[in-house]
Amino acid sequence: MRQSTITRRTVLKNAALGSAAVLSAPYVRGAYAAGKLSLGCWDHWVPGANTALTKLCNEWGEKNKVEVHIDYITSQGEKDKLTAAAEAQAGTGHDIMSHRDWNIQVHQRVLEPLDDVLAQLIKQYGPISPVAEYLAKIKGTWRGVPTAVGSQVKPCCSRFDLYKEHAGIDLRDMFPADEAKYDKAKTDQWTWDLYLSSAEKLFKAGYPVGLPMGQASDAVDWVGALFNAYGVVMVDEKDNIRINSNETRQALEYLKKLMAVNPPEVYAWDDAGNNRWLISGKGAGIMNPPSAWAVAKRDNPKVAENCWTHPMPRGPKGRFVGQLPQFYGVWSFSPNKPAAKDLLLHLSQKESMRQLVAASFGYDLPSFKSMYDFDTWKTVEPPLGTVYSYPPRGDEQTSMAGAPSRSDVGAQIYNQAINTVMVAKFTQGGEKLDDVIKWAEKELEGTLRA
Amino acid sequence: MVDIVQQRWAPPVAGEAARAPERRSGLARALRRRSAIAFLMCLPLITIIACLVVYPAFYAVFLSMLNKSQTRFIGLGNFSFLLSRDVFWMVLWQSAVFALSAVFFKALIGLITAHLVNNLPSKGQRKWRGMLLVPWVIPLALSTLGWWWMFDPTHSAFNWILKGFGFEEIAWLSDPYWARFSVILVNVWYGAPFFLIMYLAALKSVPEQLYEAAAIDGANAWQRFVHITLPTIRNIIAITVLFSLIVTFANFDIVQIMTAGGPRNMTHVFATYAFLLGIRSGDIPLGASVSLFMLPILAFSAVFILRGVRKRGREIG
Repeated sequence: MRQSTITRRTVLKNAALGSAAVLSAPYVRGAYAAGKLSLGCWDHWVPGANTALTKLCNEWGEKNKVEVHIDYITSQGEKDKLTAAAEAQAGTGHDIMSHRDWNIQVHQRVLEPLDDVLAQLIKQYGPISPVAEYLAKIKGTWRGVPTAVGSQVKPCCSRFDLYKEHAGIDLRDMFPADEAKYDKAKTDQWTWDLYLSSAEKLFKAGYPVGLPMGQASDAVDWVGALFNAYGVVMVDEKDNIRINSNETRQALEYLKKLMAVNPPEVYAWDDAGNNRWLISGKGAGIMNPPSAWAVAKRDNPKVAENCWTHPMPRGPKGRFVGQLPQFYGVWSFSPNKPAAKDLLLHLSQKESMRQLVAASFGYDLPSFKSMYDFDTWKTVEPPLGTVYSYPPRGDEQTSMAGAPSRSDVGAQIYNQAINTVMVAKFTQGGEKLDDVIKWAEKELEGTLRA
Repeated sequence: MVDIVQQRWAPPVAGEAARAPERRSGLARALRRRSAIAFLMCLPLITIIACLVVYPAFYAVFLSMLNKSQTRFIGLGNFSFLLSRDVFWMVLWQSAVFALSAVFFKALIGLITAHLVNNLPSKGQRKWRGMLLVPWVIPLALSTLGWWWMFDPTHSAFNWILKGFGFEEIAWLSDPYWARFSVILVNVWYGAPFFLIMYLAALKSVPEQLYEAAAIDGANAWQRFVHITLPTIRNIIAITVLFSLIVTFANFDIVQIMTAGGPRNMTHVFATYAFLLGIRSGDIPLGASVSLFMLPILAFSAVFILRGVRKRGREIG
């Protein structure tokens, strides 16, 4: 009988050789790298921004002999989320998919680990946004690569002319278009208390600020940032419900005063409501990415010329701004994972990010602080420097409503808008503070369900 | 030898040959039967329904019995969880108010309009019929957007008119009660033409002699309506109401476009709440459970209404 020539030694030797080959070869030259790669990407609202992404993908495709196909999927009516949910359930679809906000957490079971890609990017560009890490690093494993495309923070976008005239605040002096010129004594004055007193003056002058209080993300994000600034924790990392606190009471009492000087329709605003408010010329300020300013530039240039994007007010626990990053995930059922990872690495390079940010006129925001030095934010106008402080500057920290709870709990808190419903119950519905907190406790208890 | 083999094999071959035309004629006979032809013609539709309705329905039942991460079977756990939530009870109540009030007004407006159109001279009737059907013909998402612009929280066209006449502005979508009114109004606007066309068809089928006889007996218009029209078209009314109830209970577009369930969750209906939990929050099993809650309510209504229809059918028969 013929003996097998496979011995333990040869198996180990071949395995070592194979591993070395896999590690040393670039992704696309691996055994499964040939062929096609399909992407389902978020359809950018800025004209021309999709073209920049397509160009970057095609350049990579030509260089690596991979045919790249991109489907741009709108987020109107959550079509992108529906597509992702359908592909995850069916186990087939694109290789790479865009995921907004909590979708990495939602689809974590069918997303390929991307630790190797993120390790390389962090090595290249330094620390990543804690919000991006919170949303995409699930149980110690990165399941998504943060992208600049569609990623945003929601700082103040204010009419500096109205603030100066009616509230006596010079926002451009307080937050000049150069971080090195920030004067701590001045920036420290920009607190939620000052925000309220100036909002009251602007309301009296007939130019109220417009802060949405519906259940859409703009509302959830700015209330989340305010809650953080007051130290409100809804559910902590260990599943303790902590909404019944003095911090919550303090924040809600503050919000009662602030909502009284907002237009009453804010309770019905969707994510475009505040934009329209600013563009119409009726409003003195909103909390939004520069999209409102960009549309005003086209539709109402006089308003755009007087807009200034600047950091959020500071609260007792710090200065926070709501961040909403987007990610690319590789489905675990993708037949071309090595190529997908290599493309994501290419798209995440600083030069690629620079092109994407420029194409979106500064709307897109990378998750690496080391990339906040792009010229786009300095050169966009009118007025020059208007969006310089769009990326978090000075002592501003990014925050996510729903954090620091487990991300699957946070997703429920965020998407069911428990924070803004609480505020609306108290400020619009006239419910008692204790009843509102009791309601929130019960809702939060429901989010902890396994 | 060859002859023997042929002899051995001959009888079965002959028998086979005899049975073949028999089988063919059996198949031909089956195909000639009207029920077989009807079945074959319905087969594509049955296949589509099986793939797009029956399979997803059973899959939804399966999903509703899984845990949030779809890794464990939890039986009726999702349903019992929902029953313990205040928001779910509010959604249940709102769905009932939305569906029942919308169907009631659609039926009422449809009936009145059908009568008006039926009494128009036949020359101009077609134009009116066409015009009144417009809301039902326009894609719902598109017409709802139009309504949303008119109710827009900040730049409402209705408020502009109200203001022009010196009235106070109305918080159409930001006040929860006005928001409920608005979504019901749009549903009624969209759905009333369906009732109109069904009732109009039913009115056309009422024998004219009955009205003539009643007129000779001195019956007035109301008496003619109550004693002739209503009993004659009662089955159509019941079936139309049932159909509309099912569609209205499951409505998604109007609420999602106009309010997305807000303010304060006070306009959510089953479909929008299921979407919020299942797609937006990523808890597909819980979303499936919410949507399945409609099933017993609608099944009960269907049984109740169809039993009445069958009973009246037997009485007429």
